[in-house]
Amino acid sequence: MRKTTKILFAILIVLLMAGLGQAKTLKLAMDADPVSLDPHVQLSGGMLQYSHMVFDPLVRWTKETTIEGRLAERWERLDEFTVRFYLKEGVKFHSGNELTADDVIWTVNRLKSSVDFKGIFEPFAAPVKVDMYTVDLVTKVPYPLLLNTATYIFPMDSKFYSGTDDRGMDKAAIVKTDYSFANENLSGTGKYRVTERQQGVKVIFDKFAGYWDTSSPGNVDQIILTPIKNAATRVAALLSGGVDFIMPVPPQDMDRIENADNVQLVTMSGTRIITLQLNQNRVDAFKDPKVRQAIVYAVNNAGIAEKLMKGRATVGAQNSPKGYLGHNPALTPRYDLNKAKQLMEEAGYPKGFEVSMIAPNNRYVNDEKIAEAAASMLGKIGIKVNLKTMPKAQYWDQFDAQVGDIQMIGWHSDTEDTGNFFEFLLMCPNKETGYGQYNSGNYCNSEVDRLTIAVQSETDQAKRIAMMQQMEQIAYDDAAFVPLHWQDLSWAGKKNLQIEPIVNVMDFPYFGDLVIE
Amino acid sequence: MIAFVIRRIIQAFIVIFIISVIGFAVKQSVGDPVREMTGISVSAEELQEFREKLGLNDPWYVQYVRFLGKAVQGDLGNSFFYKRPATDVILEKAPATLELVFVSSLIVILFSVPLGVFSAIRPNHFLSRFLMSGSIVGVSIPVFLTAIMMIYVFSVKLGWLPSFGRGELVMIGGWDSGLLTVDGWLHILMPSVALSSIMLPLFIRLIRAEMMEVLESEYIKFAWAKGLSNRRIWFVHAFKNTLLPVITVGGVQLGVTIAFTILTETVFQWQGLGFMFMEAVERSDSPLLVAYLMFVGIVMVVVNTIVDLIYGLVNPTIRISGASS
Repeated sequence: MRKTTKILFAILIVLLMAGLGQAKTLKLAMDADPVSLDPHVQLSGGMLQYSHMVFDPLVRWTKETTIEGRLAERWERLDEFTVRFYLKEGVKFHSGNELTADDVIWTVNRLKSSVDFKGIFEPFAAPVKVDMYTVDLVTKVPYPLLLNTATYIFPMDSKFYSGTDDRGMDKAAIVKTDYSFANENLSGTGKYRVTERQQGVKVIFDKFAGYWDTSSPGNVDQIILTPIKNAATRVAALLSGGVDFIMPVPPQDMDRIENADNVQLVTMSGTRIITLQLNQNRVDAFKDPKVRQAIVYAVNNAGIAEKLMKGRATVGAQNSPKGYLGHNPALTPRYDLNKAKQLMEEAGYPKGFEVSMIAPNNRYVNDEKIAEAAASMLGKIGIKVNLKTMPKAQYWDQFDAQVGDIQMIGWHSDTEDTGNFFEFLLMCPNKETGYGQYNSGNYCNSEVDRLTIAVQSETDQAKRIAMMQQMEQIAYDDAAFVPLHWQDLSWAGKKNLQIEPIVNVMDFPYFGDLVIE
Repeated sequence: MIAFVIRRIIQAFIVIFIISVIGFAVKQSVGDPVREMTGISVSAEELQEFREKLGLNDPWYVQYVRFLGKAVQGDLGNSFFYKRPATDVILEKAPATLELVFVSSLIVILFSVPLGVFSAIRPNHFLSRFLMSGSIVGVSIPVFLTAIMMIYVFSVKLGWLPSFGRGELVMIGGWDSGLLTVDGWLHILMPSVALSSIMLPLFIRLIRAEMMEVLESEYIKFAWAKGLSNRRIWFVHAFKNTLLPVITVGGVQLGVTIAFTILTETVFQWQGLGFMFMEAVERSDSPLLVAYLMFVGIVMVVVNTIVDLIYGLVNPTIRISGASS
């Protein structure tokens, strides 16, 4: 009897100590909190970040931009239309339900009905259930980006989200501006459950006891997310110890954080290209490739990345960042003022001309300053630029109306693939197909269109790569747009956080794997 | 009295009506809420359909009439971002702002009265001179700069005070209060000082100027001649009359502060009305914007009415029109 008591006591102490040693809380400050608990209500970085915390995708991106399995243990391509996914067995949702192929099918169908996600899932046909834990994702056309797209499939608990709630409304409804069951309730497979949420004030994530991934080194049991909108306040909160981790980090404070004793800064080259589009419908001169080239030669984008961005950006000469299949290593930045002047003369505009330009002032890092710098650089080849900047809430309507001769836009490829840039930014604008939706330069090249369509269904990787690199080459030679740079991604936290292993080029730190020493 | 209040209520309705019209007329140019609620790759048709569903494609007067029809039933519409009725959101955020304004008014009253009176009684004292020159500096420094400097000194460098948020809150009957915990008080200290940094110097100067003027008046001279004690003359006879203009200005300022704590709240991530307003502008959350502007209109009218009533109490020679009947 006494012996058993002793043993029990010892076990208790060990458990307690283990508990004390492991109960780690992460105080996290981001610029905004999730707009909803429903992951399909809006396609944005913030919502995907949230999805990675409370759900798990079938597959996800690694730091090296390769794809690793999460809820899908493995997968195989059956033919050019189909990939078979084998799900992990015994994965539990927060509600206690078990993850099955039905949940995956249900989720894909819901994604196809979401305003924000239906575009990405357009190539998908209805998924096919093979057995309890096996599901075939099928596309209508041969689709090389099936796996990339599967990173957006965070299976939802179909039993939990089916039926009607106490207001008599469909639990699965996706509602942007009003109450819905999914906006306020949650059951995912993720490491964290939302235990408390005050929109705009804070969200508390607590570890889900039944989480399947026990091999993850992550030891954070609770995450307290506080949105801190003001960048200076966010940095001060980290420096004063009020929070443990902040994202994003404003460039002007990066040096300060790097030099501080108790905090660290982690940066990584990003994938969002910042560009200027030259509207050929509004300005006749822009129809001449020589004039466009002259503008590209006149804009010192390396200087902008170095001086304005303080080296926190990677200078670009094409859409695709390094690491993308379509990245063409032969294309280099081409700032050369003399060449630019010479081209202007050849094109018949030695004295230059006057154009208007619009840019947002709170959308991209230093967007307003970048626009000002570019405008003054064009002044050197005689192009007088009348620049107007505005908040992003007003910008996109103006952008769509194409009120500026030159317009700024930054683009991140949702599929992490080169084709996406061309579909939205460089294909001939076509209202019916929706291609070239953000091509306010009205650049139109049938060869680019042909290639962009072709790579959508080219499953031979080597051929795809060659075609996409050729697309970048054509856009480069045509000076279809003015590439500036890819913004760096940045995170900062206390020194005892192992930040490096959890960050990735998607800007979704995998907090489930975070180790706090 | 009742006639006065009724008149004020009618005025309030007119004010709110005008504000709502203006709010509606300008909300179109704040930006496109649909763009804020969707991912960038959503097709133009989908966006258009969504706008249609929200009724944003109609001319503004059509939208206004629809809004008015619901508003008379007490429904000011749903906030796009919060996905809840705008009035609920405003009521939920109000305690944070009211507490902030309350504490900073407390600071203003506690400091401006003794300091203002002192510098009026002893205008040549070095402390008075210091206060006068100091108050110019205080008025001239923008609130956000004061706030950022305070965060830098007291949070980052010294580590004494928390830099953001409201801290631990206690819920009493729908009112989220931070004034009942030590943590809450530590959090409210810097924001309230920052907020009072403009008002405090203003009030010190105001009280000083009024007091000096009163001290020159005939009835004070008579009191001196009568041989009353210093204390009684300064703090009873002179001070009471000094208060009149102070109350007027104070009332107006109080309303302004409740309405426009935007800068302070943004810097300290203080989850009140000012912060909410700024975010609503950025997100073009137009129902919330219009509801908030109307709320501010009501606050202004209420505060001014109360000021008028207090005015009558302090100075019996002033009669509110309609009160005698």
